[in-house]
Amino acid sequence: MTNLLAGISPLVLARWQFGVTTVFHFLFVPLTIGLAFLVAVLQTAFYKTKKPEYDRLARFYGKLFLVNFAIGVVTGIVQEFQFGMAWSHYSTFVGNIFGAPLAIEALLAFFMESTFIGLWIFGRDRLSPRLHLASIWLVSLGTTLSAAFIIAANSWMQHPVGYKIDQATGQAVMTNFWAVMSNSTFISAYLHVLTAALATGATFLLGIAAWHLKKKNDTSAFAKAAAIGVVVLLLSTLATMFMGDNQARLMTQQQPMKMAAAEALYNSENGASFSLLTIGNLSGDPVFQIRVPHALSVMATGQWNGKVAGINELQAADVAKYGPGNYKPMLWVTYWSFRLMIGFGMLMLLLGVLGIWLLWRGKLPTSRRYLTFATWMIGAPFLANSFGWIFTEVGRQPWIVYGLMFTAKGVSPVGTGYFATSLIGFTVLYGVLAIVEISLMFTLARRGTAELIESDDTPDDEQAERPFALIY
Amino acid sequence: MTSALTLATAGPSGLAIFWFALIGVLWVGYFLLEGFDFGVGVLYPFLGRDDLDKRMMINAIGPTWDGNEVWLLTAGGATFAAFPLWYATVFSGFYLALFLILVALIARGMAFEFRGKRDSARWRFWWDTAIVVGSFLPALLWGVAFANFLHGVPIAANGTWVGGFFQLVKPYALLGGLTTLSLFTLHGAAFLGLRTTGDLRERSRSIAMKLAIPTLVITFGFFLWTYLDAVHRHHSGLVPPFLPILALLALAAVGWLVRERLEGWAFTATAFTIVGWTATMFLALYPRVLVSSIAPRFDLTIANSASQHYTLMAMTIIALIFTPFVLAYQAWSYWVFRQRIRRPGEEIAPEGVETPSVPASTDG
Ligand code: HDD
Ligand code: HEM
Ligand code: HEM
Repeated sequence: MTNLLAGISPLVLARWQFGVTTVFHFLFVPLTIGLAFLVAVLQTAFYKTKKPEYDRLARFYGKLFLVNFAIGVVTGIVQEFQFGMAWSHYSTFVGNIFGAPLAIEALLAFFMESTFIGLWIFGRDRLSPRLHLASIWLVSLGTTLSAAFIIAANSWMQHPVGYKIDQATGQAVMTNFWAVMSNSTFISAYLHVLTAALATGATFLLGIAAWHLKKKNDTSAFAKAAAIGVVVLLLSTLATMFMGDNQARLMTQQQPMKMAAAEALYNSENGASFSLLTIGNLSGDPVFQIRVPHALSVMATGQWNGKVAGINELQAADVAKYGPGNYKPMLWVTYWSFRLMIGFGMLMLLLGVLGIWLLWRGKLPTSRRYLTFATWMIGAPFLANSFGWIFTEVGRQPWIVYGLMFTAKGVSPVGTGYFATSLIGFTVLYGVLAIVEISLMFTLARRGTAELIESDDTPDDEQAERPFALIY
Repeated sequence: MTSALTLATAGPSGLAIFWFALIGVLWVGYFLLEGFDFGVGVLYPFLGRDDLDKRMMINAIGPTWDGNEVWLLTAGGATFAAFPLWYATVFSGFYLALFLILVALIARGMAFEFRGKRDSARWRFWWDTAIVVGSFLPALLWGVAFANFLHGVPIAANGTWVGGFFQLVKPYALLGGLTTLSLFTLHGAAFLGLRTTGDLRERSRSIAMKLAIPTLVITFGFFLWTYLDAVHRHHSGLVPPFLPILALLALAAVGWLVRERLEGWAFTATAFTIVGWTATMFLALYPRVLVSSIAPRFDLTIANSASQHYTLMAMTIIALIFTPFVLAYQAWSYWVFRQRIRRPGEEIAPEGVETPSVPASTDG
């Protein structure tokens, strides 16, 4: 009995811990990536046009960006060591391959981000405007690079390439670095995540601008922010969907069980339909469903009547290939997370399309109902991102490295008590951070650009701002 | 699949030795740079008389602390890639210690960014506490960890851990922890002496003078114990004796250098001691990476925990191409922020260095 607990609980706790800390990290990551780029765009607009509105916007959103960036950084530190702490067998098994992108990420991306963010925050008065502008662009480049390497590592777990299993040590060893870095799964996932991050930044830009427009605060600046937000949102959401569609097709080839689990499709079908929602259970005889004919086949295969393999057939095939076992992920999680990701994406598309239409008619800054909608929508991309990852990671189960290593085999031989301590510790700490961060974001977002306007009017204040003797 | 992991038995390849050295260099860089950040954090309640002092202290490390921390992340990533078994064994074995370090680093990082963002004494009090505890704990625990690497931890075949957290808490390891704690604190005092002006600078100097002798005694004790222990247990290692001796000599000079107002040299001396300490630890480990307290045949070594040639080669090429850029821009950022932090309204610094004078708004 105690033996049973000791055998099972560490794995469950380790999985919860990884899920909690990673989803938390990834709440901040997409906003960092998206907003770094948008702040750089705003600052560039000021640099080129010298219009003070752009300066105010760059500073205002820059401040919000920094609050977010800080949490992204500190939660990232946990991620870096978590593989060794909680997944030591996994780490030993994949280190030859998985470690390399992680190390390169730190060398190429983290140094760049962290050094130039310091220069950007503190260098406003010490660097020439050109160099100061270059700093934020390098921060943006750093975040983009960082995403590239970590997604390459993750994609290898989804679809291992460029490796062989070393007979002597049982480790997976790299045989082709370029294969790892040009993995089709990686290219597709990277572009999906990057465009989703941009959409996250754009929704945030738009949503906060909308709140101020409704209150008639600094409308000259926030109307510009809203316009930029709408345009970027529409384009990036469309691109996210396009890439997502591409990913779905790859996934059907590489991890067919995940695609079947996304729909909870038990029996193989030609011209399979896609259910928008299901009431009842997912075990094959729902009480009520709304279905879009042929949609699943089109998404999975690109053909109207393409064949989508069902869970039963795939389970049998996996048993034949890998031996007895349960190869089905948690279906209710995959089913709903996939739909919620797409659902929130559709809402974002709606926000973008309506926004463009209003912008076209010149009514964007004044349509109160739209502005309210836009403010509420700030949460949508965060939910879509989280559900996307939950789908991707849970859908890969029971594998930690698809086809090579079971999650259950990867966990560290660390006692339940330790895992419980750290899981509770991180959860409480992150909970506190979340509360502090959100309240701070609200305070700063509400404060708006008022203080920045004053310093525009009086050159004396501009002077006072200039020599940033003390920032903290 | 991995349950059947077995260790390679051949000697280490040149490339693996190179990566061992490189990881050593990354830790040197980390302790050298974040060492003074930690020191500033530990000294924070003693030197910061008022809020302005505290802000000056944070501002002295503000632009660069995050970049300093990335040395640790790079060391972690490099260990994962080049010595997977080392990475896996150390971080799972030191689970609770690492958990504490991570919590400390999180609290501290948040504190720097958030402390000044709200004007409330209670708000600042909590973040100040986070800065102190978040600097103190890692400064102590890294030393405990490194002392354990060398003194031995309970690992059996293939890095299987057969002990608990409290086996890491032993006198030698605690002395190791005290060594890093005192060295980093002194390093921080020297740094503040170099980077601030006026009263704060004077107080940093006086505390550096007070700390210099105890730090010397502790570090000397630790080196001595390390040496006797190695002799006693016939441990290999290859520490040329001049290295710890030079490190101690440099440390011995710190008090005098500070008194003579040779602050640049004082900082150089503490920096040198930290380099010497870290290098000594890595050289004493060589050719092992983690010593087993159970039996030498269970030691993790460079040879039996390294990644294969192909991975090491790919990483070497990338490291050789990009490291110079990283070093260049990090050095440049230190150059940009070379001016002393001046208390607003204070006279120009004695050196006549032009310093910014007007206080900015409290939130940035
Ligand atoms: C798609 C992007 C992405 C993903 C999937 C992850 N991260 Fe992340 N990470 C970033 C994108 C990012 C970033 C945008 O580069 C961050 C966020 C905020 C920041 O400052 O940089 C960052 C910060 C960050 C840091 C702190 C860097 C610093 O001190 O400057 C570390 C150590 C990690 N991450 C490590 C990880 C690991 C080990 C992950 C795997 C589970 C991970 N991240 C997932
Ligand atoms: C940042 C976005 C990510 C999110 C939100 C995320 C989410 C999750 C979740 C929810 C789990 C738990 C799955 C389960 O227990 O069923 C998990 C597992 C895991 N993920 Fe991710 N993941 C992300 C990125 C990554 C990346 C980039 C990597 C590797 C580079 C990674 C590696 C792993 C590993 C090793 C596990 C093991 C635990 C398990 O499978 O249960 N994840 N992740
Ligand atoms: C029609 C819209 C979309 C489709 C068809 C789609 C499709 C997919 C698919 C198939 C995956 C899993 C890939 C795999 O496991 O191999 C995925 C993952 C993901 N999605 Fe989406 N997606 C859509 C919209 C969105 C939106 C709007 C966001 C965020 C704003 C988003 C964020 C993510 C994230 C963060 C992941 C996890 C990382 C990854 O595997 O790429 N997706 N998406």
